[in-house]
Amino acid sequence: MPDFAPAAAEIFVLIMACVVLLADLFVGARLRAISFTLSLLTLGGAAAITFLSMDGQTVLTFNNMYVDDLFADFLKLLLYVSVAMMLIYSRDYLRVRNLEKGEFYLLVLFATLGMMVMISANHFLTLYLGLELMTLSFYALVALDRDSVRATEAAMKYFVLGALASGLLLYGMSMIYGATGTLEISGVARAIEQHAANKIVLVFGLVFLISGIAFKLGVVPFHMWIPDVYHGAPTAITLFIGSAPKLAAFAMAMRLLVFGLVDLSEHWQNMLMIMAVLSIALGNLAAIAQTNLKRMLAYSAISHMGFILLGLLSGIIAGDRSFALNAYSAALFYTVAYVLMSLAAFGMILLMSRAGFEAEELDDFKGLNKRSPWFALMMLIVMLSMAGVPFFVGFFAKFWVLQAVVIAGYLWLAVFAVLLSLVGAFYYLRVIKLMYFDAPLDTAPLEASFDMRALLSVNGLAIALFGLMPGMLMSFCAFVLQQSL
Amino acid sequence: MSSYPLLSLAIWLPIAGSLLVLATGSDRNAALARLIALATALLSFLITIPLYTGFDIGTSEMQFVEIVSWIQRFNIHYHLGVDGISVLFILLNSFITLIVVIAGWKVIEEKVAQYMAAFLIMSGLMNGIFAALDAVLFYVFFESSLIPMYLIIGIWGGPNRVYAAIKFFLYTLLGSLLMLVALLYLFMESGGSFNILDWHDAKLALTPQILLFLAFLVAFAVKVPMWPVHTWLPDAHVEAPTGGSVVLAAIMLKLGAYGLLRFSLPIAPDASHALSGMMITLSLIAVIYIGFVALVQTDMKKLVAYSSISHMGFVTLGFFVFNSLGVEGALVQMISHGFISGAMFLCIGVLYDRMHSRRIADYGGVVNTMPKFAAFFMLFAMANAGLPATSGFVGEFMVVLGAVQANFWLGFAAATTLILGAAYTLWMYKRVVFGEIANPQVAQLQDISAREFLFLSLLAICVLGFGIYPLPLAEVMHASVEELLRHVAISKL
Repeated sequence: MPDFAPAAAEIFVLIMACVVLLADLFVGARLRAISFTLSLLTLGGAAAITFLSMDGQTVLTFNNMYVDDLFADFLKLLLYVSVAMMLIYSRDYLRVRNLEKGEFYLLVLFATLGMMVMISANHFLTLYLGLELMTLSFYALVALDRDSVRATEAAMKYFVLGALASGLLLYGMSMIYGATGTLEISGVARAIEQHAANKIVLVFGLVFLISGIAFKLGVVPFHMWIPDVYHGAPTAITLFIGSAPKLAAFAMAMRLLVFGLVDLSEHWQNMLMIMAVLSIALGNLAAIAQTNLKRMLAYSAISHMGFILLGLLSGIIAGDRSFALNAYSAALFYTVAYVLMSLAAFGMILLMSRAGFEAEELDDFKGLNKRSPWFALMMLIVMLSMAGVPFFVGFFAKFWVLQAVVIAGYLWLAVFAVLLSLVGAFYYLRVIKLMYFDAPLDTAPLEASFDMRALLSVNGLAIALFGLMPGMLMSFCAFVLQQSL
Repeated sequence: MSSYPLLSLAIWLPIAGSLLVLATGSDRNAALARLIALATALLSFLITIPLYTGFDIGTSEMQFVEIVSWIQRFNIHYHLGVDGISVLFILLNSFITLIVVIAGWKVIEEKVAQYMAAFLIMSGLMNGIFAALDAVLFYVFFESSLIPMYLIIGIWGGPNRVYAAIKFFLYTLLGSLLMLVALLYLFMESGGSFNILDWHDAKLALTPQILLFLAFLVAFAVKVPMWPVHTWLPDAHVEAPTGGSVVLAAIMLKLGAYGLLRFSLPIAPDASHALSGMMITLSLIAVIYIGFVALVQTDMKKLVAYSSISHMGFVTLGFFVFNSLGVEGALVQMISHGFISGAMFLCIGVLYDRMHSRRIADYGGVVNTMPKFAAFFMLFAMANAGLPATSGFVGEFMVVLGAVQANFWLGFAAATTLILGAAYTLWMYKRVVFGEIANPQVAQLQDISAREFLFLSLLAICVLGFGIYPLPLAEVMHASVEELLRHVAISKL
């Protein structure tokens, strides 16, 4: 009998997903609020389970296929929070578009479950299963608005490219399995450490693994799907894809590269460096040309993922691991900060949208300061934070990552990254310019529910607050990784 | 010595006040917003006065120090303190903010609360820059002070305001981002400290010193601004509302020069000596070439903007002759330029509010309709030209003396500014104020109101007061400047 306790939260979410499915069948469209509430309760319950079982111990279960460590617990808690915020942000948007179907809640819960499995995977197959559960749910979610040509096209592209990436990942895993004789991540690490594996096969497999990870993170040159999917999907789904999965993808990168293939770091760090440089450059440059805010945020996401890679690639300096913890914590902090900012940015688009009107063009933000000074301020905070201007959390995220890069001795890389952040500042400033300097095109008052307004305000203020007092969150990120590595 | 956290109050009181101002909401409550802003600005100015009266002029140590751990992980502290170099700027800043609030009282009709709040926030942030002794704290204040200025230029500015605002932001951000890399490098080299004072004593080889010096130079040269990275300033000044121009000229430009004193010179003394030739050349180009550029301007604000660049060239020149006359002269020049350039922009603002034009050609014979204004404008124009008995003379004279001490021809070249400055300022004054009444609009001008009289006379008192008796400025900074120069003279190799 295996120990089920470490996976209690996952089991709970699975059961509740089934409950939501059945409940929704019976109450139907009239009382969708029940599905909504149940989904939130599911996340709350899972959070309680995860929180109560958070003891800092690393526990393996199911024949070492599954791991419950502080790193996993921390990411899962963030995951619940971001999914819950997504649900609240997107409720009105979906309802007025007739998209608030029972499947939506079901798919969201399954995707959440997939991400939880990815975060806790200690085995290639577990990881792969989690990944597939998540992405299959996403394919369906993107196509949720099935009468929209744009959404269907985006779902198609996402599916084809996603399947390709999964194939690459699986192929890489099989190579590594061939070289080491095990699928278990800690086993792979042991085998490589003892030089029991053929290096050429390993590096060959590594290339494919990196491609798979890069696709899920959305970094150049595996970024093609990001702008199309972000743009094509209904904004509520874009919000989902743009936030929580970054946590899961980060966990996947950490599990595979740091927990599993740390002895190949000299190889993967170089690959990550190339991808980071390309992502930061292409993301920031291409974002300038966008007129659609969702596409702009998509390219900005690519550049932010490049920054996360900067943290991952600065860990091990010529075999010296003394700064590894610092660098990986920087990447983790960046991921957390990014998810917070991304939620708020897409939340703003949802706030501005109403029945029959998508506020996704940049021009839709014109004169927001006249229509609602408060939410103009919130958007100002989000944009400046993304641009990396203090006192906002985005600044300290960049600060820490750059510090890791400088310690690793890549001064040129730090200079390159800050110069392209300057390019990035331009398009974020343009949004502020539209909101504050231009006259509104549309003077209709914002129609958003109270809970959405309140939550978005809390989200914006959290970005400012973590910028004023980043110390706690920073120490916590470092502590989490210290306990788990 | 007071036990109150005066520096923290100087930073956070205006910011807290600005939140109150913002809370008044829409323009229906504009009167209330103005009142709260005035009260906050006045109070913020009053609490900075004990910084001066309680200042011990006998020491170069940091005073009014406050230190609390901020981000433990990186050993970053909320570390504030002032020495003779920085204390005066906090007073100047709080004073100018008060003036700006009074000056914007009637002129700004739209989004009054946001306007007043932006200036108060900026005032707090800039006090933070001058008081910060932790490099990250300094950087955070330094960069975040761009935000309110960006909004001020962009919302209340002239027709081309968007271009000017974005240019201003990106130009200055470019500099500060490179400085961020430099700070991180110093953090690593100094063994994990962000304390600026620790960095002053850290040993560094020449090559890193030169690289650091250049990184800091980009950040601060853009702010000063030095030739050839000055081009954002005329745009920003011309488009900014009067209050924005005043703060920009009076305080923001000083941040760059202050940064050179606080970072570049003491952290990289050998590089400073090695590159002093370049710095002096750039300064002289600013003084002489930009002086000529100012001569041909047709827009009054642009003319004063170029004159600011030229005057700031004098400041950087004073720093890099490395003697106490030069550095103290440069500091006096910075303070005095704060009053004079602020006053010049306010005078132009007074005219602009009535005529809605800044073109020199649209004016002529203003003295006939606005005699009181003409008298004030005369005083400030003379001060800008460096007339003895105004504060403009003291700094320029000291810098010229310092330059002559270093090299006669250097002093000679610098002294040409006295001629150029007089030429462009007085020629503009003549065209605008004297002569026959140029057009019917000028004939209908009203002389200055009591409110305008108030802020112009406050500035006039400062300009004349420090011109006749500059000792209060010089004695405060003396010990700190001597310490700085002693420090710069010691090689770090």
